[in-house]
Amino acid sequence: MDFIQQAINGLGLGAIYALIALGYTMVYGVLRFINFAHSDVLMLGAFAAFYIAPKIEKVCGPQSVLGVILVFILVALICALIGMTIERLAYRPLRHRPKLAVLITAIGVSLFIEFTCQNPNVLGSATRPFPQLAAEKQFHLGSAIVGSTDLLVIAVTAALLAAMWFIVQKTRIGTAMRAVSFNQQASLLMGVPVNKVISFTFGLGSALAAIAGILYSMKAPGIEPLMGVQPGLRAFIAAVLGGIGNLPGAVLGAVVLGLLETFAGGIPELSNYRDAIAFGILILILLLKPAGLLGRATIEKV
Amino acid sequence: MKPGIFLTSAAASVAALLSLGLTGCKSGGGDTIKVGEFASLTGKEATFGTSSHEGTLLAIEEINAAGGVLGKKLELLTEDDQSKAGEPANAVNKLISKDGVVAILGEVASSRSLEAGPICQQAGIPMISPASTNPAVTKTGDYVFRVCFTDSFQGAALANFATEKLSAKKVAVLTDVKSDYSKGLASNFKERYLKNGGQIAISLDFNGGDKDFKGQLTAIKGAGVDAIFLPGYYTDVALICKQAKDLGITVPLFGGDGWESETLLSIGKEDVNGNYFSTHCAADQGTPKMTAFVESYKKKFNGKTPDAMAVLGYDSAMVLAEAMKRAGTTEGPKLRDAIAATKDYEGVSGKMSLNAERDAVKALVFIKIENGAFKYSATVNP
Repeated sequence: MDFIQQAINGLGLGAIYALIALGYTMVYGVLRFINFAHSDVLMLGAFAAFYIAPKIEKVCGPQSVLGVILVFILVALICALIGMTIERLAYRPLRHRPKLAVLITAIGVSLFIEFTCQNPNVLGSATRPFPQLAAEKQFHLGSAIVGSTDLLVIAVTAALLAAMWFIVQKTRIGTAMRAVSFNQQASLLMGVPVNKVISFTFGLGSALAAIAGILYSMKAPGIEPLMGVQPGLRAFIAAVLGGIGNLPGAVLGAVVLGLLETFAGGIPELSNYRDAIAFGILILILLLKPAGLLGRATIEKV
Repeated sequence: MKPGIFLTSAAASVAALLSLGLTGCKSGGGDTIKVGEFASLTGKEATFGTSSHEGTLLAIEEINAAGGVLGKKLELLTEDDQSKAGEPANAVNKLISKDGVVAILGEVASSRSLEAGPICQQAGIPMISPASTNPAVTKTGDYVFRVCFTDSFQGAALANFATEKLSAKKVAVLTDVKSDYSKGLASNFKERYLKNGGQIAISLDFNGGDKDFKGQLTAIKGAGVDAIFLPGYYTDVALICKQAKDLGITVPLFGGDGWESETLLSIGKEDVNGNYFSTHCAADQGTPKMTAFVESYKKKFNGKTPDAMAVLGYDSAMVLAEAMKRAGTTEGPKLRDAIAATKDYEGVSGKMSLNAERDAVKALVFIKIENGAFKYSATVNP
């Protein structure tokens, strides 16, 4: 039946948005600002995998499980480094300036990465075929069909959500992250190494973006320097919808958005309003429940 | 811009200045006839622009090797518009006012030809587009021509193809709402297909650049159609074909000349097999002119097989040179009239005549994708 198939499609799309939204929301949770370059780190992750995967394949053989895991780990490490570098160079010097300055810088960093990469001497703007990392299978559930990549995305998102929750709630560094989030100045006075904590947060968020980038490219195997823009925007909306800074909220928001978009895509009168629906949700949530579905209202100190 | 082109054009303008000072006559009175070209050599449609540029280059070389036109060699001045809106105007203005070209060749993309058309019209410099299929392009003025068919012809041919060749009684139409090309082709297709007695079961839209089309494809699968009409560009088409296969859709997908790129094959892999598209010509269509062209193109460009854009780039330059010979001059109005009088010209892409709207009337071909390659399937006459 169409309904079940569409629900499955929507979950597959939502899970990808969720993975990206986790990175957005975590950085926001700690630093209270939106890292707009997140979606570009996702793109860089996809390209890193594009270059690394064929080399790993030579060593481990085509489509081996070990090879895929190696690709994920290497790309996550590379992107973590990129994320930490961006933070060190672009955001840290502005940390004590007004929030607006950092926000504008984030947009600047994002545009800088996009346009540098579109240069023919860097990556070029042509769409390139992403290598097939794993064999794809389709599973039949009655008349509905589920793809193995979608299942993988859902499993990875669930696992990373649990891991993030564990890190933030149960570990020392997680406690430090929450402390920095609560009050940076006071944490510094209490001996929390604020710079290290923030660097770690960026590294972790960028590693998430890298994993999302690989999975996104596995789902849609054409990659180009602007590929992060659209899913990045959706993930940002999902994070706001779920309550920005709230990890389960990001996942909930993303799944809701993915389902809505997919169902709209299948209705003739609505199929060209998918973007309008996403932004309509953003406006509605800001009007009606600014803290998001799972967020708690807080008073922002300006 | 490539440094080589820059140097030659710089040297040429110095030479033009010198000759201007020495003889006091207008540019164009030099040893060469200057022809301008603007193309998307970089940016989003770079594969299209590069192909048409290479075809044009080959034509100019062959014309000069055969002794040139009116006793002079042709000199091609190329400007890259980076596939960006706004750039064609700069490029064409420079070519006309600074370089003093006598005619302009370009562009592949309709939106960019639409931008340059009025400028050429105002300057009284004839412009020939190799591959812009949007009907509005030649409506910008009587100095603007094209050597390809229009989307109203292509849309109708696609509708007949669906009815006759695919025997499709019910189709789905999936349109890219961000592209004028896609919307225009869809409406031309629908008009003829309904006249043929076909039924459009479902009409859905997508945004060019989207990566997830499963929402639309699931609804199309549910509508139980015989074929899916997909007027779009190759990157989106490849992903749509892939996701259609993932959802168990077995009916063929078909579309227009926006499909033709090697990228479609490299991204879509085996999932694009069994689908069809219409285009201007096919390298394996077997006409003697085409076979000869493929051979010389491969020789010049390291064994690369020419696509339709390369052929049209070549034909646009050839039509211009032929008109110059007939006009006996490169003066704007006379050259314009000569191009407009082009009749039964045997181009590499086929026999063409220009009609009163300055559009080429010519056949199109259908290509089937088989085993990861484009295979010539049929020719449709206008």
